[in-house]
Amino acid sequence: MAKVVVVTSGKGGVGKTTSTAALGAALAQAGQHVVVVDFDVGLRNLDLVMGAERRVVYDLINVVQGVARLPQALIRDKRVDTLSLLPASQTRDKEALTEPGVARVIAELREKFDWVICDSPAGIERGATLAMRHADAAVIVVNPEVSSVRDSDRIIGLLDAKTVKAERGESVDKALLITRYDPARAARGEMLNIEDVLEILSVPLLGIIPESEDVLRASNLGSPTLLSSDATVPGRAYLDAAKRLNGEKVPITIPSVKKGIFRLFARRAA
Amino acid sequence: MRFSLLRRRRSTAAVARERLQVLLAHERPLLARPDLLVTLREDIMGVIAKHVKIETGRVRVKLDHGDTVSILEIDIEIPNAFASALAFGS
Repeated sequence: MAKVVVVTSGKGGVGKTTSTAALGAALAQAGQHVVVVDFDVGLRNLDLVMGAERRVVYDLINVVQGVARLPQALIRDKRVDTLSLLPASQTRDKEALTEPGVARVIAELREKFDWVICDSPAGIERGATLAMRHADAAVIVVNPEVSSVRDSDRIIGLLDAKTVKAERGESVDKALLITRYDPARAARGEMLNIEDVLEILSVPLLGIIPESEDVLRASNLGSPTLLSSDATVPGRAYLDAAKRLNGEKVPITIPSVKKGIFRLFARRAA
Repeated sequence: MRFSLLRRRRSTAAVARERLQVLLAHERPLLARPDLLVTLREDIMGVIAKHVKIETGRVRVKLDHGDTVSILEIDIEIPNAFASALAFGS
């Protein structure tokens, strides 16, 4: 039985696309059949983060409108062959995404894959509501920062009201992925800490991704597998988050990036 | 020494947390629903009116937003004649 997951946040720039790519790659490396779907029509970027920007021929809108068949639009990842991408359209208007069209595409993806991970655009407009519409579960990406937390609260309200599951009287499973976390700054009281965010939003924690230069390196290279690899600190955090998404019990640790002399230096500089 | 002095000041994270809690208590859809009080008032009065005669003008429903909890106050005036009738009836 396929699982449809929306990666959402309300606020832009918090790490939805990066997290979609990393979680997708981690699940696919574990042998699951995964498709990541870009819902950001007009501002697509998942193709770039996945390193597939030059392989896009057809897109989600083409499939929704029946111009292309789904298999023609799917792009298989070159590193992990159980990972596919359904890109968004860069040129079309987001009004071209229709509710019945999206329902049909999601239903077809459910038959082909174990996981359908929808990368939501920022905001609470049509693209965002359609991305969450058919979700069984939601990963809410949040930065430990006031505007991101507020927007996440708004998105949680929408997940409880505007999804197919909510309308049936069921509820979408929700989990928080806290990104760009800096444990040292949180310890000094300069940044909301994990407990603060969890208490304010009352949603269980999926994982903590530390602020790290490896995240930018992965998107520079278009290689999400850098973020689903044991070799980097955020990679380990994403691997663990993907396991939890898959129902495994993995204890949550607060990842630490700075070590030894750097940590001392950071504290003095404050 | 310098660090312990700094720590004694209220941290900016604590300020952020408090501001968010106050703000979100007002923004949450359930509590911010404009028709919530009217609906609650009608439903609650319907239940009470089944057992006691009440005047619609003598009912007050108030929702107080707090930091972590909100308080729903319902004030219903029941005329004494009915109140004593109730007492005798039971």
